[in-house]
Amino acid sequence: MSSVFVNDIEVEVGPKDNLIQAARAAGVEIPHYCWHEALSVVASCRMCLIEVGEKKSDGTIVMGPKLVPACQTPAKPGTVVKTETPKVKTAQQMTLEFLLLNHPLDCSICDQAGECYLQDYTYKFGKAQSRLNEPKVQRLDKYHIGEQIALFTDRCVMCTRCVRFTREISGTSELQVVARGSVEEIDVFPSKPCNNKLAGNVVDLCPVGALCSKDFLYKKRVWWLKSQKSVCAGCSTGCSVEVDQNEDYVYRLRPRANPLAQGHFMCDEGRFGFKYVQSDQRLMGPTSKTISTSGTAASAVLKNGETVGKLFQPADLAVVDHWPSVIKETRERIRQAIVSNPSGFAAVLSPMMSVEEAYLLASYLKSIDRNVKLLLGPIPIVGENDCYPKGVDGSSPSVEKTKFTIRAEKCPNRFGIEAVLTHFQGSVVAIEDAIRGNHNIQSWYFVGGYPLSDEVATWVTPAIEKATVGASLLIVHDIFPSSLSMKADIVLAGAAFTERDGTFVNHRGLAQGFKAATRPPKTARADGRILSELSERRGLFNVEGIRKEIGDKIQSLESLSIGDIGIHGVELREPVGAYS
Amino acid sequence: MTNTEFEPILLARINKPDSASLASYQADGGYSGLRKALDMTQAQVIELVKASGLRGRGGAGFPTGMKWSFLPQNITGPIYMCINGDESEPGTFNNRILIEEDPHQVLEGIVIGCYATKATTAYFYLRYEYGKCYRTLQKAVDEMYAAGLLGKNILGSGYNLDIHLHRGACAYICGEETGLIESLEGKRAWPRIKPPFPAVEGAFRRPTVVNNVETMACVTHIVNRGAEWFQSMGIPKDPNNPRDAGSYGPKLYCISGHVNKPGLVELPLGVTARELIDKHAGGVWKGRKAKAVVPGGISMGFMSASELDTPLDFAGPGRVGCLGLGTAAVIVIDDHTSMVDVLYNACRFFAHESCGQCTPCREGTAWSTKILERIRSGNGKLSDIDLLLEISSSIGTIPGTTICGLADGAAWPIKNAIAKFRGELEDYIRSGRKSEAPILVGAH
Repeated sequence: MSSVFVNDIEVEVGPKDNLIQAARAAGVEIPHYCWHEALSVVASCRMCLIEVGEKKSDGTIVMGPKLVPACQTPAKPGTVVKTETPKVKTAQQMTLEFLLLNHPLDCSICDQAGECYLQDYTYKFGKAQSRLNEPKVQRLDKYHIGEQIALFTDRCVMCTRCVRFTREISGTSELQVVARGSVEEIDVFPSKPCNNKLAGNVVDLCPVGALCSKDFLYKKRVWWLKSQKSVCAGCSTGCSVEVDQNEDYVYRLRPRANPLAQGHFMCDEGRFGFKYVQSDQRLMGPTSKTISTSGTAASAVLKNGETVGKLFQPADLAVVDHWPSVIKETRERIRQAIVSNPSGFAAVLSPMMSVEEAYLLASYLKSIDRNVKLLLGPIPIVGENDCYPKGVDGSSPSVEKTKFTIRAEKCPNRFGIEAVLTHFQGSVVAIEDAIRGNHNIQSWYFVGGYPLSDEVATWVTPAIEKATVGASLLIVHDIFPSSLSMKADIVLAGAAFTERDGTFVNHRGLAQGFKAATRPPKTARADGRILSELSERRGLFNVEGIRKEIGDKIQSLESLSIGDIGIHGVELREPVGAYS
Repeated sequence: MTNTEFEPILLARINKPDSASLASYQADGGYSGLRKALDMTQAQVIELVKASGLRGRGGAGFPTGMKWSFLPQNITGPIYMCINGDESEPGTFNNRILIEEDPHQVLEGIVIGCYATKATTAYFYLRYEYGKCYRTLQKAVDEMYAAGLLGKNILGSGYNLDIHLHRGACAYICGEETGLIESLEGKRAWPRIKPPFPAVEGAFRRPTVVNNVETMACVTHIVNRGAEWFQSMGIPKDPNNPRDAGSYGPKLYCISGHVNKPGLVELPLGVTARELIDKHAGGVWKGRKAKAVVPGGISMGFMSASELDTPLDFAGPGRVGCLGLGTAAVIVIDDHTSMVDVLYNACRFFAHESCGQCTPCREGTAWSTKILERIRSGNGKLSDIDLLLEISSSIGTIPGTTICGLADGAAWPIKNAIAKFRGELEDYIRSGRKSEAPILVGAH
């Protein structure tokens, strides 16, 4: 640690920090475009120019004669940083005027407006007027630059973050700078678009509106969006994300920097794979064969699911809320089934559940009878772990250190569930093992929650199908209808990951909290609430309270006992399962 | 190209028949310097070059011996030497003549320099346009390999060296040493941020020395004739200025522009522009007078007619507001030429050649070109002059707003033209006249 003086504020900085980070620690913003924590330093945008000096041991300050880029200058002990001198201000104004020379100033139709660093810095550090009297350089927009990304060429400030990302993180090197001087632009080789599985990150990296996500393009002005800190449920990497929603419709996921989890980025599978949460195929409410619910809820399909935003409006809430009677019936039938044959009752906990939900269900059932079986639901595995950076040709083995991994295990919380199962019955029994041969299970409580996608086959395997034939009780707790829910006695309509509060434990034992960004569709309910009511707990479902309870009761999850585990999560003291 | 008072050193052999061949070079005593150097230790050669006060001939004038001594000591693995033959500064052609007419003089210096710096591979970076240079050099290198002057165990000394020729792809920025290194590595020639300097981490992430062609030719003669001989020429360092390293040795002056006899002249450093023009270039053409003189390539700015007695050594042009001596490419502009046209041409060049990495240079060079285009079309405003001045003083490494010196070179002609010819620029704008010279296309 060393002391740096930023505008006379003394701050302690780390050994590898640069002056942008040092200033940030002092609460001073140094504007920058090309610098990004996860990418190499090029110091080319010249937005972060500052005056730097040195404080000698006798207290005198000697300032350097030139402006220096803060991003390139290491924060050495005794460095003096001045960010508000006339020289710095003039340089900032000139750089912004230069950047805006050929910029089309089309903020009114630009997706980035509202979260654009060109806008923000111009307001804070720039001049109101340009002195350009000549025609601007005009360039063609490039919609072909990638399947998911479009390039609005004349908005670009040539920070080359995107180019460096494809070279340093994804390794695929599709993006590059072509031409020279003020007519240079970002481009791809003909017929080699930027379609790698991390390509969506260049949109987040772009500090201006040049690279836009085609998926989000023109869908919503960003100032209408509300963000919620969440965790991607797409694979066991568990990327920290922001869920951006408006009126209960999720418009996009963005990676949230988390040094304990994935770093700064996320993959396109996760980024665009959340769409199932607003599918019109979702289970919209509970159904029971014995109670006359509307009868259509299990397969309730909105006629026009595509009219987004209208999806969950009150006018559509035609389905009667049957929850009280369904919960009551569920409770009674579970009790009957367990009392008549405890070891013939099995609950299947899905790795899509949160730790809290698994704990609620397990503790409820075990409190009725210790011999109830708890099983681990199917673990969806697709292919192999996909590691980046890759070679230019997309080849996998790379001598470089892996910077990002898309995991084959397409569920967020296998380790969390395993920890709960281990606590309640000493070992983890997978459903596949339990139903091999004679299993003697007549009553089932299945939890699903798996996304509906083309890549992952339905979680109801033929073996599960066969095992449940002739079951005396079949309860299915899921978000999508399946062959199982069709024949179920009771169907509980749960919520997707953007609609719940909870905790996921990722592949290396990092427990991260996630919060509901939207409400579940129609009368579907957050699973924590369903289970809380089922087990007749007092009060509302409170994720932090249950997290504390889990931390106190389950040894391997004791790090959770602090309740609020922060935005980065906590690493479990004793990681469950093998690190991979 | 000869002169009676000074016996050329670097150009001594250029009018001889077959001067580019190894046989003719050796007949004139060639490679005796190399033999001498191989008998010395590496440190001794560096000390000798340091003692000679040789400064780089590429433009920046950095002391060569000091540059060599910056290489980290006791390192394992390869050290590289890059020879900068990307001679792109407008008006400059000294390297071309040296390579085409007497390549072995340069190559001998390279082998000596590599020996001194313990480099085992040298890359000769040649601008693409120099096709004849390439062919001549390749032939010369082949001859050297055949004669045991390159390759393994050079002249039985146990020292190994390979020289590779590399042709650029027509970009001014490749003359910047780190741009050259990037280009050599097969990348876009975007100059690197420093530190690390090439001496620590250069080509292929290894310690690298980058030297100019003429510098290496000087090394040959320094080793041959000694440091004192070299210091007998030129302008000694100013004893009152500890930062002045002096300007020693011979220098090739490229004279072009509005003179009767343009060409290459070799003289001791410190000749005045007036002497160059009147005595060695046959005076300004058509009986006219010089209005402005570029001291060392267009990036160095302009000297006005009243500043022609400035000695063209490393310090001289700086004293009259120019950027420096540069490549000593003297371009003479007569009094019939409009400074607006000259300035426009300069700005257009730099806008075209700006690599586009740093915002101020990328946009500033293009903007100033557009402004001058507008002035030339008769739509100039008097406030444009101040705007040009503001742009030019906010780009470059001197204010600290760019990575490399290209923007300084782009700014200096503007600064000098406004400082020294402001009245003419204002008259031009006030008159609203349209320039007769055609607007050159190709840059923005």
